[in-house]
Parts: sequence; C-alpha cells; structure tokens
Amino acid sequence: MLSVKGLNTEYKTQKGPPVKAAQNVEFEAPKGVFFTLLGPSGCGKTTTLRSIAGLERPTSGAIEANGRVVYSSSQGVFVPPNKRNFGMVFQSYAIWPHMTVFSNASFPLEVRKNKLPKAQIREKVMKVLHAVGLDHLAERDATKLSGGQQQRLALARALVMEPEILLLDEPLSNLDAKLREKMRFELKRIQRELGLTTIYVTHDQGEALALSHEIAVMNEGRIVQIGSPRAIYERPANRFVADFIGTTNFVDGDVKGFDDQTKLWRMSTPIGDLMVSSDAPLTAGGKATLSIRPEDVELTEEAPPAGRLLNLANGVVDQKVFLGDIVDFQVRVGDVMLLSRAHPSLRTPIGDKINIRMDPMKCVALPAEPAAAAQAAA
Amino acid sequence: MTSVGGIANPRGKVGAFPVEPRFLGMGAVGAAIAWLALVPLGFLFWQSFMTPRVGGRPAQFTLGNYAGAYSSPDTLPLLANSLAFAAGASLLALAVGSALAWINERTNTPFKSLVYALSVVPLVIPGILFVVAWIMLGSPKIGLVNLAFQKAFDADGPLIDIYSLPGMIFVDGLHYSPIAFLLMTSAFRAMDPSLEEAAMMSGASIGGIARRVTFTLAWPAVAASFLILFVRSIESFETPALLGLPVGIEVFTSAIYDAIHRYPSDVGLASAYAMTLLAITSFGVFWQSRMSSRGGRYATVTGKGFRPRRMDIGRWRWAAGGFFLLYALLVIGLPFLVLLWSSLQKFYSAPSWAAAKNITPKAYYAVLAYPNVATAIWNSVFLALSGATIVMLLTAVACWIVHRTKTRGRWLLDGVASAPLALPGLVMGLAIMVCYLALGGGVYGTIWIMLIAYVTRFLPYGMRYNSTSMIQLHPELEESAAMSGASWSLTFGRVVLPLLKPGLVAGWIYIVIVSVRELSSSILLYSPGTETVSVVIWELWQNGQYVELSALGVMLIAALFVFVVAAQAVSRQFGVREV
Repeated sequence: MLSVKGLNTEYKTQKGPPVKAAQNVEFEAPKGVFFTLLGPSGCGKTTTLRSIAGLERPTSGAIEANGRVVYSSSQGVFVPPNKRNFGMVFQSYAIWPHMTVFSNASFPLEVRKNKLPKAQIREKVMKVLHAVGLDHLAERDATKLSGGQQQRLALARALVMEPEILLLDEPLSNLDAKLREKMRFELKRIQRELGLTTIYVTHDQGEALALSHEIAVMNEGRIVQIGSPRAIYERPANRFVADFIGTTNFVDGDVKGFDDQTKLWRMSTPIGDLMVSSDAPLTAGGKATLSIRPEDVELTEEAPPAGRLLNLANGVVDQKVFLGDIVDFQVRVGDVMLLSRAHPSLRTPIGDKINIRMDPMKCVALPAEPAAAAQAAA
Repeated sequence: MTSVGGIANPRGKVGAFPVEPRFLGMGAVGAAIAWLALVPLGFLFWQSFMTPRVGGRPAQFTLGNYAGAYSSPDTLPLLANSLAFAAGASLLALAVGSALAWINERTNTPFKSLVYALSVVPLVIPGILFVVAWIMLGSPKIGLVNLAFQKAFDADGPLIDIYSLPGMIFVDGLHYSPIAFLLMTSAFRAMDPSLEEAAMMSGASIGGIARRVTFTLAWPAVAASFLILFVRSIESFETPALLGLPVGIEVFTSAIYDAIHRYPSDVGLASAYAMTLLAITSFGVFWQSRMSSRGGRYATVTGKGFRPRRMDIGRWRWAAGGFFLLYALLVIGLPFLVLLWSSLQKFYSAPSWAAAKNITPKAYYAVLAYPNVATAIWNSVFLALSGATIVMLLTAVACWIVHRTKTRGRWLLDGVASAPLALPGLVMGLAIMVCYLALGGGVYGTIWIMLIAYVTRFLPYGMRYNSTSMIQLHPELEESAAMSGASWSLTFGRVVLPLLKPGLVAGWIYIVIVSVRELSSSILLYSPGTETVSVVIWELWQNGQYVELSALGVMLIAALFVFVVAAQAVSRQFGVREV
C-alpha cells in the first residue's frame, strides 16, 4: 500500500519564483493495485513519481509505503532512494551499457548490504529473467538488445529486488505501436500475477484505461479526478477530464431544475431541452456544461421508438469521415455542431435530415468552473 | 540545371572548363591551407637530415643529427623525463579535474559556482605567469610557502622544491586541471542521468554508484581526456624551461630550445628532437581521435533531460567544499596574490609589515614606459586580431568544402587543416623558422612570419568551431539561395557566413585569447621589434626584473579577464556554448 498526503514539490528556476510542479497531491493506492497518474506533459505526474521514488525532495507532505514513512516534512523524515526498496523502470530504460543482461539484472542484489550467496543470486536473477522472457539472452551485452528487450530487462531489474512498490515512468513510450500493444498485455499479466502495488505514469489515455485499476488524472500540478477507468471515462468530474480522456461534445446550457422521479436534471440548451445526469449537485438557474461522448449520440433515419426516456433532437448531416470500423458524422443542430460515432451501415448523405437520440444517463452535466468561464470569456 | 553550390559535381561534364569564381576561391583556400600546414613540416623533415648551412657552405645530407641525438647518453634520461613529466602532469590534472567535476555535477557540495568560474583560469593566466608565480611561492630559497613553513615550524629545510620533476608535474598538472574539469564535466553531462538513478533505486550507495556506474561509463572519456592532456603536457614549454632547465632536468621541448639557443645553435639536432616529439604527439592525437570516433558504443537512449538529482553526501560535503576552496587557493588565489604583491614592491621581497609600508605602483609606470612594451602590446593585439580573423575565414571556406561539396579528397583537406593539432608550438616555430630561412623572401625576422605561425597553429580550432556550426546548417538554406538566383560568392557571403556567425564569433574569441598567451612558437621566431607581450615577460624573467614582470603580468591577467568576461556575455547573446 502506498499513501501520499499533501505532497508539494517545487523546482528552483534561474529567474523568477520556483515552479510548483506538484501541488497538494493526495492519493492512496491499496496493496496490489495498478495505480496510474495520467495527464498531459508538464502536469506534474513525473515529478510526483520521482518524489515517491525519492529522486526529488518534496517541499512538504508525507509519503508512506506499507506502513513505513519514507518522507514526512512534519517528522523531518527523508529516506534516500537507495534505502527505500522501490523498484523503478525509467522512460529511457537506463540499461547500463557496460554490463551484460545478467549483470544489469543482478545489480540490485549485488549492491545489497547483506549479500546473498552467489548461487542464490543467480537463481533469483534467472527466475526473473525467465518471467520477462530474457533468460536465453542472459550473457549477451545489454546494448545488443532491441528496444522491447531493453524494456523488459529494465522491468526485470526492478522486479529482482522484490520491491515494496513498483514505479513505472512512461515505460512504453519509446516503443513502436505494435510492440507497445504487446508489452501492455505483458505488463498487465506480470503485475496481476505478482500482485505488486504499482504506480504508473503515462500521458497515453489508452494505456491508462487498459492497464489500471485506478487512475488519477492530473493537470497543472494537481489531481483533478481519481477513479476507475470506466468512471473516469463515463463520469468525468470536470471539463478538463472530459476533454483529455477520449473525445467529447460540449454543450453549454442553463439548469432549470431537478426531477425527483427520474433523479435527473432539466436543462435548456441550444439543441433543445434535455434531461441530464450529474454527480455533483447543480443550482437551478445556474449554468452548466454537458459532456456527451460521440458514441452516445445515436443517429437514426427513422423516427425513434416511443417508450424509453430519451433526449431527442433533429439535425442535418454536415460532414462525414469514413474510418473503416466507424463513421464520424458531424451533425448540425441549430447553431451547434455535434460529433457522432456511428456504425458504417448508416449511409445518410450530406445535407439530409437525421434524428438524434441521447440517453440522459450519458449526458453528463459538469458544474460551471470559474476558471473555465473566465477562459471562455477571454 | 543551375549548378547549386557544391551540389553539382565540380568535375561535371557539362561545360568545357569550370572556371567559376568558386573553384578559384576553393582552390586558393585549399592551397593556402596545404602550404601552411605541410610545407614547413617538409622543411623540418629535410633539415633533420641536413647539416646546418654555415657561411657559404651549402647544407649536406647527413644522419649525424639523429646519430648525435640518439647516441648521446643524455637521450635516454631525456625521453624518460619527457614521458614521466607528461604522464605525471596529465594524471594529476585528470585526477583533480575528474574529482572536481564529479563533486560539482553530482553532489550537493557548497561553493559550486566557484569551481565553474575557476575553469577559465588557464584562459586568463598564461602558462608563463603561472610558472613564475609558483616559483615565487615554491622556490626553496625565496618561495613564500617555504618561508611561511620555516617560520611556523622553525624548520631549516624547505617544504617543497619547485625546481624538480615533482615540482614541474605539480605546476603543469594544476594548470591543466581546469581543462580536465571541463572535459569530464561534459562527459558527465552527456550521460543519461537515469543510468545513475536506476542504480540508486537498486539500492547502491553513493560511492558504489560513482565507482560501478558513473566512472565506468565515463571510462572512454577518461582515456580520451588523458591523451589530450598528455599531448598538451609533453608540448608544454614554459614549465620545463623555467623549472627544469636551471637544475638540468631536460625534456624534449626544453632540449629543442636549448639546442637553438646555444652558440653556435644546432638546428639539425633540434630538428631531430622535434621529429621524435612530433611522432609522440601524432600518436597521441591519432589515438584520441580514434577513441572519440568509436565512442558511440556507450550511447544510449536519452531520457527527458532531467538534471540528475544532486546526491546528498551528508557531512562529507563540507570536506568537499574545503577541497574546492583549497583548489581555488592553489590555482588562482596564491598565484595571483603573489604576483600582485611583488608588482607593488620596489625590489622583490617577501610579504611583511615592513615591506607593506613600501607599497608603490611605480613598477606599473616603469614597465609601461619601456619602449618595447608598447611595441609588444601592439604586436600582440595585431597578431591576435588578424590571426583570428584569417583563421576563421579560411576555415569557414575549408569547412564548406569538406561538408558541402563532393570534391575528391575533401577529407584530406580536413586532415591537413587539423594536423597542426599534433604539432607542439616549439616544433611549429622551428619548422617555420627552417622553412622561411631556406626559402628566403624576407619574411624571416618580420611580424609576418609570426602571423604565419599563429594562423597555422590555430587552424584546427577554426576547423572545429566552423564544422560544428556547418553541420547544423541545412543544405537547403543554400540551395534555396541558389534557386533564387544568387551566385556562389553571393550565397556564401549573404547566407552561409551570416548563419555561421555564432560559431565564427565564438571561435574568433577563443583564438584571440590563445594568441595573446602564445609563447612557444613566438620564442623561436621573434626578433627585436616583433616581441609579443608573452615574449617580453619571458625576457623580463631572464633579466631578473621580477617586479616589472609582475606588474606586466597583473595587467595582462586583468585585460584577459575583462576580455573573457565580455566575450562570454557576447557569446551567450549569440547562443554559443562556452569554449
């Protein structure tokens, strides 16, 4: 288990005030959980990871791993990284080019205070090399490995020390697309088998959704939402998360009121009056932004069946993009352009009218943000 | 097709004979560089097999020079001294420089900015002043360190004797240590920091990381730096001449100087020694370039450019900080202060309250009033500015030929222009002297022969600076100028040179600085009226005018310091990395 409380990390700059790279970062990763820090570049995710590793010294906060305090500003504790026993895989793999595959992997055991006997080290290293599929290359020069093999060696080196926490800093970003896909499964399998508490940093939402038990989305040094992959995608808590994860339609509107029977909110928007859902309470008479995923904007040529509670609208097909397995439709509803992801069997020509229906549960209302409102005004 | 500068084959079959200005220009530059770099060497080689011309008797073929040089029982000690001195000085410089670089780059030791500032020391304190200052500090009779030691411990003997092989190694090693520092610093910076962070996450201690990862990975850089320093040390002239010769410790450079300055001077013997020295330095330069071209093996994928975390070395950081301070004291504090002190005296005397009352700036007026000092300053400025300008322009064209055309044998031009790197200054001076004495033409004994020497000596620096910026220049920038209808000379003047400007300026500044310090070539080529500032300092030392020497030295250091600071400010503006 890893718990991070009120973590702040700053960088000194040559001129001007220090950069606040991580601000009040707080989360808990239970034992065996694959926990991902996801965000655009410069959002502070790597800084947070390096602070957990001990490679950066935070300015305040506390970090605790399996009940052991490794950093605490109030208690004045800072355990140096080489005493934390956290395994880490670096973005550049950091494979030592002057060593063989075996000696790269055995290094953590060699530098230990109470060193194991040689035979035992060999056994442990070969076991972990076998787990990542490199046991047949043990005596090869590390520089002779391909990118994917170097990546697996870096993982082996982090695993051989039987770490309390496994830290992964964008480990897949230097691989080509095909290999990345393959390593994703590999990584997931190994993590699930060993049940290691893992902290993973990436800017790739696909990776995050595919691998994680839990995701913390970060922006500008802060965590803006924590949740399961499905929750993050389907129930974004704010405009940033909705925009950063996947593609979405934003529709601004006015909140009319709450419907006690359906537990839904009524909103008036440029595409009509809609029933929407919200996780946070809205204020009647206030503003809100709707996020509707393109695959939840259903298009039909026939009139929709009656019975189900649905938001309905009419539009005109403005543009289509054929992508093979799907067709992206740009549909004009009044002054608003909605993006819809449809099955290729839908062949409505450009300029034709089309019916739109949207499940109220998939129309997620996001409370208006003061910052976002200001940005929109500017 | 319009023949785009260098892209079309210069030996193209279209057209009868390509008499275009650019071929004339390229040919002239190629010929000039070949003449400068090769002809004097040829004459030196020739001279080493010839008897000297005496009176009307023409030179004759002889093996006597080599026989004389190598049958003498002095030769073995000469070789042993040279190698011991060069190896000792370069190892000392490397050990000190690497330690400084590692502490500075990788630990949280205080006084960091100090160490980086100290790396300009060899630029602002010319070798001869550094040696003179250390004589004032470490001579067994008058050395301040020894006097202080004797007073403090009531001892009879001196603490150190600078006039010895260890003394020579100490002075030269200290003077070259900032170069080692810079070389090792860039080696450490080129290293992916996550390689060390990975070791740290694996649980390795700080010492273990330094030993098993940092220095092991830096090993090729260590070896290459050693060769660079070794070549520099074995070429070193000031230290062996001032510290070795008085007590009979000869190395190749001082033996060459000695052979020329004895009466009658023995140019043949000097040439034979010079060829041997040249063989050693060529070997060193060759291996060094071989090693750096094979350095790619340890290149790895680089990370996100995170500055490596400075490792906390606890209480050791105060020891390391103390090491910084001691180093600063040895490399600049003491040498500069002793020069300053002696420059303010009437007659040289050790610091004391009595002597402090006699402080006077008279030496400064006196030395500036010497007629040959004004001439020397003018000569130094003229040689530095015109030499630097000629080198940078010549090598700009040469680099263009090497990197942009498909001219046959262009790699040869690169090799020839870089060859003077292996030429010790003294050997260069000797070769040029022999060459223009034999050819006549009235160049010998004028300022022009010194200009020729400076331009030849600093050609490799020009090549290095221009190559770096030429490689970054996309060929399409020139091609588009040609497509716009510009001629080759117009393209070169309006597009290539302006784009090369940062490299040109940085290289020009560097050559100006090294020209002002230049002594080992000038010492064989100057005649009355063409002395440079460093030659005047040499003469003042020979005359025993220590006070005047110190005054001139302090002014030279101040002038170089101002120039270096200004140059770095300018370079930063141009976005150039430091020399």
